[in-house]
Amino acid sequence: MNWHGVKAIYNFEMARTWRTLMQSIIAPVISTSLYFVVFGAAIGGRIQEVDGVSYGAFIVPGLVMLSLLTNSISNASFGIYFPKFTGTIYELLSAPVSMFEALLGYVGAAASKSLILGAIILATAGFFVPLQIAHPFLMLLFLVLTCVSFSLFGFIIGIWADNFEKLQLIPLLIVTPLVFLGGSFYSASMLPPFWQTVTLFNPVLYLISGFRWSFYEISDVSIGVSLTMIMVFLGICLAVISWIFKTGYHIKK
Amino acid sequence: MESIVSIRNLSKTYAGGFKALNNINLEIRKGEIIALLGPNGAGKTTLISAICGIVSPSEGEILVDGKDIIKDFRSTRSIIGLVPQELTTESFASVLSTVNFSRGLFGKSPNPEYIEQVLRDLSLWEKKDNKIIELSGGMKRRVLIAKALSHEPRVLFLDEPTAGVDVELRKDMWALVRKLRESGVTIILTTHYIEEAEEIADRIGVVTRGEILLVEEKDELMRKLGKKQLILELTRTLTALPESLSAHQLLLSDDGQQLTYTYDTQGERTGITSLMDDLRSAGIGFKDMQTKQSSLEEIFVKLVEES
Repeated sequence: MNWHGVKAIYNFEMARTWRTLMQSIIAPVISTSLYFVVFGAAIGGRIQEVDGVSYGAFIVPGLVMLSLLTNSISNASFGIYFPKFTGTIYELLSAPVSMFEALLGYVGAAASKSLILGAIILATAGFFVPLQIAHPFLMLLFLVLTCVSFSLFGFIIGIWADNFEKLQLIPLLIVTPLVFLGGSFYSASMLPPFWQTVTLFNPVLYLISGFRWSFYEISDVSIGVSLTMIMVFLGICLAVISWIFKTGYHIKK
Repeated sequence: MESIVSIRNLSKTYAGGFKALNNINLEIRKGEIIALLGPNGAGKTTLISAICGIVSPSEGEILVDGKDIIKDFRSTRSIIGLVPQELTTESFASVLSTVNFSRGLFGKSPNPEYIEQVLRDLSLWEKKDNKIIELSGGMKRRVLIAKALSHEPRVLFLDEPTAGVDVELRKDMWALVRKLRESGVTIILTTHYIEEAEEIADRIGVVTRGEILLVEEKDELMRKLGKKQLILELTRTLTALPESLSAHQLLLSDDGQQLTYTYDTQGERTGITSLMDDLRSAGIGFKDMQTKQSSLEEIFVKLVEES
């Protein structure tokens, strides 16, 4: 195992975060604060409590997930796409680094960034609404699993993309709508019965629901189902990545 | 002599069907400088990329230090350094951080003294905190060399190292290459600047259309294929060569003022003395003379044209 190699990739990716502090950390904090101002303070004041939780507090887990999902994907996809774009990937390919070690470095860094971001957003949320976390360990588990699996998903997108448009395509056209429609800002029980059924086909619903349960013990689906769903997603990402490594798809000529 | 890189029956066909390498066999000796010459698109970069692990070979095998580059990729890659042709660098990282990154990537623990020495040797130490994007093209080339040397490789590939590089850097680079060779590093360079191969290589391989045309000691190659010419500036204009000189390989210039005699350097007799005698008998005088040896460039062009 080339641990020096893993560490080099990890540190290099983390250094990029500090170099782009505005884009990586500050921008998501500002956008989250804006959500709180709009949904929490302006609109939230006119909405009654949702399942016994104030609306401002209710949207916190959804907001964290919204940022985690989009940032995990963009961090990991950019991390591996950029060397392909600039050509610096020659070094990774000619180094005594296995694809698994490269994955550890890139996905580890992307997931770490998302975890830091999640912590910052939670802290920011604490300024706007009173937070309570009923199951801190479970919350952390959801946080870590989400960061890792969506960073893996981002890694796949970064490998697949051969231009900047493709890099943005899936996050913008698929992931963002799924997050918005996955109950970030509402409980599925607030929807008419038909749409409640449709929502069950949205995988992000299970993430947000489980994550919210770890805060307030309220959820749209049971916590066990939520955990299973995220493990399934993680498994699918790992399977796709092992196929990519086996075939050298879009990496090696 | 012991081989450090052995290439056996190597072929590479790209996904589109283009055959970039066709049954390449090559032994690279430990500690030598070998130059691979060839026109653009000959397959030089593909060959290097296959040895370094960037391109997967379609057929054949490659051994580095006796180990298979696929099965034992950790061991083979850790002794190889590669300076690519394109100036591909992470623009926003500093010089020092990118060189340290390369060392780590190749599995080596940090060694600030060694890295400092590499950067000093390449006149990069003063620029160590600069972002790479701020550097000139020549400096970026130096950074790529520093990255390739960061993990103390025993085999160094230089892919077109002096393309678009000024005279000063070219000379620095040649000096560095010689210094590395003295320390035991094997150097493989590709180039289409023939003077470069002529200047520093021990052996020359000519690559064209994905095949190795020949591999030969440089001096041997130049001796074998080189021709020498004697050029005589005549005192009076000749309209035609006299019959008495027809036995010699002479060429009269269009303006009738110059005679060129081509002879083989390997021959026991050059025929110059008898030519001089015949010239005197024919009453042809000359005011000046010069000799010219064909350069590697002329040899190379001839080889590629003949292939």
